[in-house]
Amino acid sequence: MLEVAGVQLAPLWLGTGGLTSLETVRRVIEAARPGLVTVSVRRTSDTGTGSLLATLRDLGVRVLPNTAGCLGAQEAVLTAELAREALGTDWVKLEVIGDEVSLLPDVVELVEAAETLVARGFTVLPYTTGDPVVARRLVDVGCAAVMPLGSPIGSGRGIADPHTIEAVRAAVDVPVVLDAGIGTASEAAHAMELGCDAVLVATAVTRAEEPVAMARAMSLAVESGQLARRAGRIPRRETARASSPMRGRVGR
Amino acid sequence: MRLSVNGRPHELPEGTALTGLLETVAPDPRGVAVALNGSVVRAAEWPATPLREGDLVEVVTAHQGG
Repeated sequence: MLEVAGVQLAPLWLGTGGLTSLETVRRVIEAARPGLVTVSVRRTSDTGTGSLLATLRDLGVRVLPNTAGCLGAQEAVLTAELAREALGTDWVKLEVIGDEVSLLPDVVELVEAAETLVARGFTVLPYTTGDPVVARRLVDVGCAAVMPLGSPIGSGRGIADPHTIEAVRAAVDVPVVLDAGIGTASEAAHAMELGCDAVLVATAVTRAEEPVAMARAMSLAVESGQLARRAGRIPRRETARASSPMRGRVGR
Repeated sequence: MRLSVNGRPHELPEGTALTGLLETVAPDPRGVAVALNGSVVRAAEWPATPLREGDLVEVVTAHQGG
């Protein structure tokens, strides 16, 4: 069982951005049975009616606030502080992006923000690049997990370079959570097969034609990928190797 | 006095405390957090926190996100 900062969690984590109603949020969560559900922290004047938090509490899911959209360490730290106050959790998915086009992490600001937040008692789960050196830096400053991207946020391009995820896995001994880029279930399974401990999906589910069905597919995929990782894939070979016996073939 | 609430101009009587503002901006304070001039003000401190001309107030809550 996946354990982050002493808490056992299911290996599928879910973002809710893009779902059209709280009723759909409820049905998607029931289908996914996620270990964590991420929420963003936004001005009350820009949020819709109806209480997302009440729905999440009713479902009994663990909420992970994010600092999505923050462009610098200072902004991310304040957003995390507000999230802690609003939601009563010191866990945070730390996201510091470098620009609003690529949405790629600004790793310099990210490490700085992570260090500050760890010192203030947060359990920090940073969204980062598929870079083992940065991952190690994040663990060095006290992050409880690292969350490398498969491909850019919302792109649905899957895991663009599996070697980066394997390199991060090999570099750290905290949980590795594939975050961003997943487009469909097989890619979530792929992340687990590469050695990730969990997968965070948002857009792939919330903007699927049938979000509830995709949530279920993701749940099965993550479990499947985890089993396959433990079972151990066969080595890749240059040439074919018959699985049926060559001896005793008819007419030979 | 004039101050900024969530990036918009806001008019309030002199001497209003943070709780007075929140009664209109966030009638249900559950799941709400407030920053005043860039620092978080904990809920227990809202009644005793006076607002001043030019203050920058951010009132936030959880929203669907990834």
